[in-house]
Amino acid sequence: MKIVVCIKQVPDTAEVRINPETNTLVRDGVASIINPYDMHALEAGLQMREAAGAGTVTALTMGPPQAENALREAVSMGIDEGVLLTDRAFAGSDTWATAYTLAKAIEHIGADIIICGKQAIDGDTAQVGPEIAEFLQIPHVAYVRKIDSLKDGSIIVQRLMDDGYDIVESSLPVLLTVVRELNVPRMPSLKGKMAAKKAVIRQMKASDLKADVNSLGLQGSPTQVRNIFAPEAKKDRKMLEGSSEEKVDQLLKELAGLKCL
Amino acid sequence: MFIRVNTDKCTGCETCLQSCPYDAIIMKDGKAEITELCQLCRACLNVCPEGAISEVREEGAPGKEKGQGKGVWVFAEQRDGRIADVSFELLGAGRRLADILGAELSAVLFGSSEDGADELIKWGADKIYHCPDEILGVFNDEPYAQLLSDLIQEHKPEIVLAGATPVGRSFIPRVAARLNTGLTADCTSLDIDRETGHLLQVRPAFGGNIMATILCPLTRPQMATVRPRVMKRGVYDPDRKGEVIRISDRKISSRTSVKDTVKEASDLALNLQEANIIVAGGRGAGGEKGFALLYELAEALGASVAASRAAVDEGWIAYRHQVGQTGKTVGPKLYIACGISGAVQHLVGMQSSDIIVAINKNPEAPIFNVATYGIVGDLFEILPIFIRKVREAKGL
Amino acid sequence: MDYFLNEEQLMIRDLARQIAEEKIVPVRAELDETGEFAWDVMKTLAQSDLFGLFIPEEYGGLGKGCLELSIAVEELSRACLGISTSFAANALGTYPILLFGTDEQKKKFLPDIASGKKLVAFGLTEANAGSDAGGTQTTAKLDGSEYVINGTKQWITNGGVADIYTIIAITDRSKGPRGASAFVVEKGTPGFSFGKKENKMGIRASATTELVFDNCRIPKENIIGKEGMGFVVAMKTLDNSRTGVGSQGVGVAQGAFEEAVKFARQRVQFGHPIITFQAIQHMLADMGTSIEAARALVYAVARFIDSGAKDVSKESAMSKLFATDVAMKVTTDAVQILGGSGYMKEYPVEKMMRDAKILQIYEGTNQIQRNVIGQALIKEAARNK
Repeated sequence: MKIVVCIKQVPDTAEVRINPETNTLVRDGVASIINPYDMHALEAGLQMREAAGAGTVTALTMGPPQAENALREAVSMGIDEGVLLTDRAFAGSDTWATAYTLAKAIEHIGADIIICGKQAIDGDTAQVGPEIAEFLQIPHVAYVRKIDSLKDGSIIVQRLMDDGYDIVESSLPVLLTVVRELNVPRMPSLKGKMAAKKAVIRQMKASDLKADVNSLGLQGSPTQVRNIFAPEAKKDRKMLEGSSEEKVDQLLKELAGLKCL
Repeated sequence: MFIRVNTDKCTGCETCLQSCPYDAIIMKDGKAEITELCQLCRACLNVCPEGAISEVREEGAPGKEKGQGKGVWVFAEQRDGRIADVSFELLGAGRRLADILGAELSAVLFGSSEDGADELIKWGADKIYHCPDEILGVFNDEPYAQLLSDLIQEHKPEIVLAGATPVGRSFIPRVAARLNTGLTADCTSLDIDRETGHLLQVRPAFGGNIMATILCPLTRPQMATVRPRVMKRGVYDPDRKGEVIRISDRKISSRTSVKDTVKEASDLALNLQEANIIVAGGRGAGGEKGFALLYELAEALGASVAASRAAVDEGWIAYRHQVGQTGKTVGPKLYIACGISGAVQHLVGMQSSDIIVAINKNPEAPIFNVATYGIVGDLFEILPIFIRKVREAKGL
Repeated sequence: MDYFLNEEQLMIRDLARQIAEEKIVPVRAELDETGEFAWDVMKTLAQSDLFGLFIPEEYGGLGKGCLELSIAVEELSRACLGISTSFAANALGTYPILLFGTDEQKKKFLPDIASGKKLVAFGLTEANAGSDAGGTQTTAKLDGSEYVINGTKQWITNGGVADIYTIIAITDRSKGPRGASAFVVEKGTPGFSFGKKENKMGIRASATTELVFDNCRIPKENIIGKEGMGFVVAMKTLDNSRTGVGSQGVGVAQGAFEEAVKFARQRVQFGHPIITFQAIQHMLADMGTSIEAARALVYAVARFIDSGAKDVSKESAMSKLFATDVAMKVTTDAVQILGGSGYMKEYPVEKMMRDAKILQIYEGTNQIQRNVIGQALIKEAARNK
C-alpha cells in the first residue's frame, strides 16, 4: 500500500501578533512548525502502514527550500520518504494552484491513500485536500475522526459532523482529511532523528511535473490578495456605567459593532 | 507578477524585514533585497516609509481569460431534511450583493422537500434550483460536487456562496477545482467593488491576527464560504413569491456511501481551543447555580463554557473546562469572564482573546486590567439581563 | 554554557526536552496528586528509543554512554523528578546485567529493556540494610539447579511496575560481605510478590514498593557474575549510576531556577518587578552559579566514566553529593523567591522542593557519599606516600 501524506510548514501562528503602530506582523521568535493537523495525518499514515505490516509512507510538501526541515521532522517520526516541491514558479499559489500542483506530484509518486490535515493553521481554508481529490478524480472524505476498517480496496471511516458523525465507506484510492480526535501524533525517535539527518529529500521542480505552466503559482491562481490590514486593534479598557440594564445594552451594542455576536 | 525594491529609494532602514511572514527580505549592501523565498503575499507593500517596495506586473502574461456570469447563487444546505440556519444567513448576504449588482438571487437545494424551497424564497431568494433525488438526501461529496458543478456550468452565475460547515467546507472545494475557479474560505464580510464589479471577500489570515481582502478577478463564478452566525439574515417575507425549478433525472454516482449516522453531543462544545466565544466562571459564580446561568448564556450565544481553577477546585465544573496555567490556553474572539478575579495563572490562559468582557463585583479585581469591556456588578443580576437581551436579539 | 556536546548529544537533549515539555509538564501536577505511575510517558520514552541509550547496539540499544544518559535524565528531571526517577532507576537496575551479565543473560534481557518493553528495578535496600549493606538478610540457597530466595527488599523504585529485578541476596553468611550475590528475578516467578505501594513525600509519580520473596525459586543461571560477587556488583553499579542522580539534581534545580526567574520578572512589589531588587538578584546569581558548577562536575565525571576509567567511586560520589545538595538548596530558594505562591500547589516549585529531598537520601545518602570520598582520599594519600 502506498500512502502519501501532504504536509505544510507553517509559522506557529499562536505567537503571531500584529504591531498596531506599524500595521505589520511581529515575527520575532516565531518558529516554523509542521501544521498541527498534518501531524495527525502523518500519524494516521504510519499507523496504517504498521497495521498492514507493509507499504510506504511518503510525505509531500510544497514550499520554499527551508520546508525541507518539515520533511526531515516527518522522517524522524518514521516515514519512508520526503518529497519537496520547490520552485519559484510555485510562488504565490492560492489553494487552487496549490492543490493542482500537489495533485500533479501525487500522480507522479502514485498513491492508494492520500492523507491531509483538515486545514492549515495559517490559512485555515480546509480547501486543498478536497481540491486535490477532485484534480485526481478520486473520492475523498473530510473530517475523519476514526478509521473503522481498511481492507480489500475499501475503507470505512467516521466523518465528524456538527451534530455527531457519519460512518462513510469509500473505495480506494481515496483522500482523507483528518481531525485531531483521530490519534495522538508520536514523538520522533532517536533512531528516526539520526535517520532524518542523513535522509535524502527528493526535490521536484515545475519541470518534473506533467503540469500546465499556466496553472502554476500566482499565474495559475484564480484568487488574489488585494490587501491585508489589521483587524480593529484592541482598544483600551472601557468600563460600562449606568444601571445593570444600561450596562448590558451598551455591551451588546459594542459587541455588535465588533461583529462579535 | 513579482515584488521589487527600488534600490534608489531604499534607505536601508530595515522596516520591511519585520513585515515579511516568510523571511524573504534580506539586507544586502545596505539595501533591502527580496529573495526567492517570496510568496507574493504583499505584506510588505505598504510598509516602506520611502515607498520603495512595489509590485511589478509582467505584461502579456498568458493568464486566465475573464469568465462571464450573471446572478448570485447560494447553496442551501440541509441535514435530515431541515435547512441549515447558515443558508438563511447566506440569503441575507446574497440578497444584498444581488441588489448591488442588479441581479437575481438563486438558491440551490439538494434532497429536501418543496416546503424547504418555499422557505428559501421567503428569506429572499428569487429562484430555487431544487433536486429532490433520494441519493442527495444524505451528504456525499461526489454527487453534490458533480450536480452543483453541472448546474453552475449550465446557468453561469457570477457569485456562488456556501456555508463553511462540515458539508460546505468538504465539497465546495471540489466544485471550485472542477470549474477551475477561485474559492475563498470563511469570509467575514462580502461586498462588491463598485468600479470593477468584483466580489470583495474579506477573511482572517495568519490565525486571525490580520485580515485580507481576496479577489477572484478573472474566473467565474467567484466562490466563497461563510461561517455560520457571521452574516445577518435578511427580511422574512411570508408573501414573497419566486420560481422553483425542479432538477431531476440526473445521472449521479458516488464512490462513497454513508452507512450510518450517529448523533451525539458535539465534541466542539467542549473544544475550548476552537471555540469562538467562551463564557467563563470563577469563584464569584458561587456554585452550580451560578454555572447554570453561565450555561444559559453560553447556549444563547452559541458559546463554550470555561472556568478558572478556583471553580474547578470547588467541584462546580469538570477539569476539562479549566482555563489557565494548569488548564487550557484559549484565544477565542470573545471571552466573557464572570466572577473571575483574574489571577495571573488564569490570565496567561486567556489573555490572547480578541475581546475580553469582565463582569465582577470587585472594581479592583485584576481581571479588569486585561478587559476590553468591564462591568462592575453582581453576575446574578447582570447575567439574567444579558441572557434575556441576547435571546431577544436572536429571536429565540 | 556551551559544553561542546556533539550533534547526537544535542539531539538527545532536544528530544528529551520535547518529551518533557509536551508530555510530562502537562501531567506532572496530577501525577503528583494521585501518585499514579506515568505509563503513558514510559510508552513515549520507549518509542523514542531513550530506554536503549546506554545499551550496546548489539543488544538493540544505541550504544551511548554515561554522558548521554545524564543529558536525558537532566532534561526529564527539569520537568518531573518522579518520572525521571522511574527512568533512571531503570538504568540502575540494568547496570548489573550490563556490567557483569553473561552474553546469554544480555541477549535474554537487554533487547526488551532497550526497547522499553520491560522496565527494570534494582533491589538492594532492606529494613535493616540501608546505608549498611552488610546488614542484608535476604538469602539465596542453591537447591539443585535452582536458587531459593527468601526475604524482603524495601523501598524499591519501579517495584511492581518492572518486569525484571536485579537483587542482592546472601548466599553464604559466614563470608560476611563476600557472601553476597546478585540475581535476576522476573516478575511472575512463583513466590515473588510485592508489598503495598509507599505513600511518599515527593517523587510521587514513581512507584516504590517492597519486594517479597517467599521460597521463590529461580534458575541457577540467573546469578549475575559469581557467588560472592554481590557487593562488587552493587558497588560498581552505584559507581555508574550516581552521576545519573547528580544529573537529576542539576535538572530539578534548573527547572526550579527557571520558574523563579519567570516569577521574579512578573511579580510586582513596591512598583517594580521583584527581579529588579538586589536581594532577589543575589539569590538568583547564587542559584545560577551553583547549578552551572554542578552541571560542569556531572558532565566531567560522566565523560571520565565514559573514557573507561577503572576506579570512579570518588568522582561519581562527588558528582552525586554536590549536585544533589545544590538541588535541595536551589529548589528551597526558588520556593522562597515565589513566596506565598511558591508554597501553593498552583505553582510547580513546592513539588520540586519535596521531590529534591530524595536525591540527598537515595542511592547512598550524602553522608555515605562523603564517607566514600573520604575513604578514597585516605587511600590516595597512602598511595602517594
